[in-house]
Amino acid sequence: MSDFSRVMVRELKNSPMTAKFGMIVILVYVVVSFFAPIIAPFSETEIVGAEYEPWGGAFLLGTDNLGRDMLSRLIYGARNTVGIAFVTTMLAFAIGVVTGLLAAALGGWLDQLLSRIVDVLMAIPSLIFSLLILTVVGTSVINLILVIAILDSTRVFRLARAVAVNIVVMDFVEVARLRGEGLWWIITKEVLPNAMPPLVAEFGLRFCFVFLFISALSFLGLGLQPPTADWGSMVRDNATLITFSDITPLLPAGAIALLTVAVNFVVDWFLQKTSGLKE
Amino acid sequence: MDKILKMVAQRLGLGLMTLFVVSLIIFLGVELLPGDLAQAILGQAATPETVAAFRKELGLDQPAYIRYLDWVGDILKGDLGVSLANGREISELIEVRLYNTLFLASVAAVISVPLALMFGILAALYRNGWYDRAINIITLTSISFPEFFVAYILILWLAVNWGIFPSISNVDPSMSLVDRLERVMLPALTLTLVVVAHMMRMTRASIINLLASPYIEMAKLKGLSPGRIIVVHALPNALAPIINVIVLNLAYLIVGVVVVEVVFVYPGLGQLLVDSVSKRDMPVVQASSLVFACTFILLNLTADVLSILSNPRLLHPR
Repeated sequence: MSDFSRVMVRELKNSPMTAKFGMIVILVYVVVSFFAPIIAPFSETEIVGAEYEPWGGAFLLGTDNLGRDMLSRLIYGARNTVGIAFVTTMLAFAIGVVTGLLAAALGGWLDQLLSRIVDVLMAIPSLIFSLLILTVVGTSVINLILVIAILDSTRVFRLARAVAVNIVVMDFVEVARLRGEGLWWIITKEVLPNAMPPLVAEFGLRFCFVFLFISALSFLGLGLQPPTADWGSMVRDNATLITFSDITPLLPAGAIALLTVAVNFVVDWFLQKTSGLKE
Repeated sequence: MDKILKMVAQRLGLGLMTLFVVSLIIFLGVELLPGDLAQAILGQAATPETVAAFRKELGLDQPAYIRYLDWVGDILKGDLGVSLANGREISELIEVRLYNTLFLASVAAVISVPLALMFGILAALYRNGWYDRAINIITLTSISFPEFFVAYILILWLAVNWGIFPSISNVDPSMSLVDRLERVMLPALTLTLVVVAHMMRMTRASIINLLASPYIEMAKLKGLSPGRIIVVHALPNALAPIINVIVLNLAYLIVGVVVVEVVFVYPGLGQLLVDSVSKRDMPVVQASSLVFACTFILLNLTADVLSILSNPRLLHPR
C-alpha cells in the first residue's frame, strides 16, 4: 500500500498545472457541500433581508429576488446541485456498466435487444426527450434523477460494451470460463478491472454532462423546484440584475462552469496518463 | 457503386425505422399520463359526464392504435392538431417558430464552421506549441461552460456595458434582414462559442491522426512545407470525420438552442416547447418534440450518408 501511495504522490506532483488546479477546485467543492450548514451564515430558504440588496454588510454577496442571502444559497447549492448530479451519474453508471458488460459477455439476442433500444434512445435529442417525459411524469427530484440517469446510461452502455467486447475475447477470460467460473465472477473479476480506466474517465465526462444538463433544466424552470437552492434556478431567478450590469447572477453560473472546467482538466490529464498518449 | 447505393439505402431504411419508433414513443409517452388528456384539461372538479363528452370530442374513446394511426396520418397531411392553451392551429404556430430557429442556427453555423476549421488546422500545424496548448485550454474551458453562463457574459459585455447588440432578440416576420441579423447576433455568438470548441478539437485530432501515415512522410521527404502538407495532403483525407462532426454540431445547433432561445427571449421552437411544457399543453409538446426529433434524426442520417460518400475507398473501389 505504501508503494501505491508513493506512486500516487509522485504522479500528483508531476501532474500539469491544469490538473492540479482541477483537483484543488473539486476538493473545495466537496468540502463546501459537506459542511454547508456550518459554513453558510444563513439558512437556505429563510428570507433575511430586502430584495436584491447590494453586496457587503451582513450579506457578503447581497440578497436574491426574494431577499434570501445569496452566499448561503450558493453554498447550499453546492450540496443540492452537485449532490443530485453525482447521484444521477452513479445511477447511470450502475445501469450502463451492468447492462453493457452483460451484453458483451453474453452476446446473442440480449446484446441485439439492448443495443437496438439504446440506438433508438440515443436518436432522440436528450433535452427534448427529458422535457417530454418530465411533462408527463412531473418534475420531482426522484423523477429527474431517474429520467436523466436512464437517458444517460445509454452512453455508458455504448462505451462499456465497446470496451468489454475487446476484453471478453482475451485468453485470460477464456481460461476463467474453462475453469468453470460463473458469469458474475467473469464480469466483476476479469472484465471490469481491465475496463476501468476508460470508464473512470467517462465518469468524469458524464458527470459534467449530467451536471450541465440538470442546471439547464433548472434554468428553464423544469428541474429542481423551489425553494431548494440550486445554481441553475438561481441564475434564472436573478437574471434581471444583468441588465443593471450587476454580476450577481453570474456567480451561480460561474460556480457551475468552474466545477465542470475542473473535472474536465482532471479527466484530460487522466486520459493522457492512462492511454499513454504523448501527442 | 452498387455497394454505396446499398449502404445509403440501408441507412435511409434505418432512419425511417428510427423515425417510426420515435413517433411511437412520443405518442405513448402522453398515453402514460395518469388519467387522460380530457381529465387533465378539465381538472378534478369536472363531472364524469363532461369528461366523457370531452373525451368523445377529442377522439379519446377510440383504442390507442387507431388514435396513433390517425395522429400520424394527420401529421403526414401537415395537420398537427390544435393547441390546448389557445386553440390555435399548431402547424401555424410551429411554422414561424421553426423558421426562426433555423434562421438562428444557420447564422451560428455560418460564423462557427469556418472559424472551427481555421483554428483546427492552425492547431494541427503548430501542434504541441504554445498556440496549440493555449487553444486546448481555451476550448476545454468553453466546452465546460453552461450555455446560459456564456450567454449572460455576452449580454453583460456586448449589450449592457458596450451597447453594441440588443440583449433581447425579439424578432417578428415584418423585420428586414439586417434588423433580424442584428437582433440574433448575441444568441448566434453564444451558440458559436459553444460549438466551435468541439468542431475545432475534432478537426485537429483527425488531421493529427493522419500525420503518421507513410504518404505524409513521403510528402515531408519531398520537402513540402508543413502548411502545404496539412492543407493539400492531410485535409482531404480527414474530411469524412470533419464533415461528420460538423453535421452533428449543426444538429446540436438546432436542438440545443432551447436554453439560448429562453435567455434571449427569441421566439423559436425551443421557447415554444419550454412554454408548452410549463403549461402542460400536450399536443404542442408532442408536435414540437416530433419536429425536433425529426430534424435531429435527419441531420444524423445526413452525417452518416456523407461520411459514406466521402470515403475514398468506397468511392473508388478496385
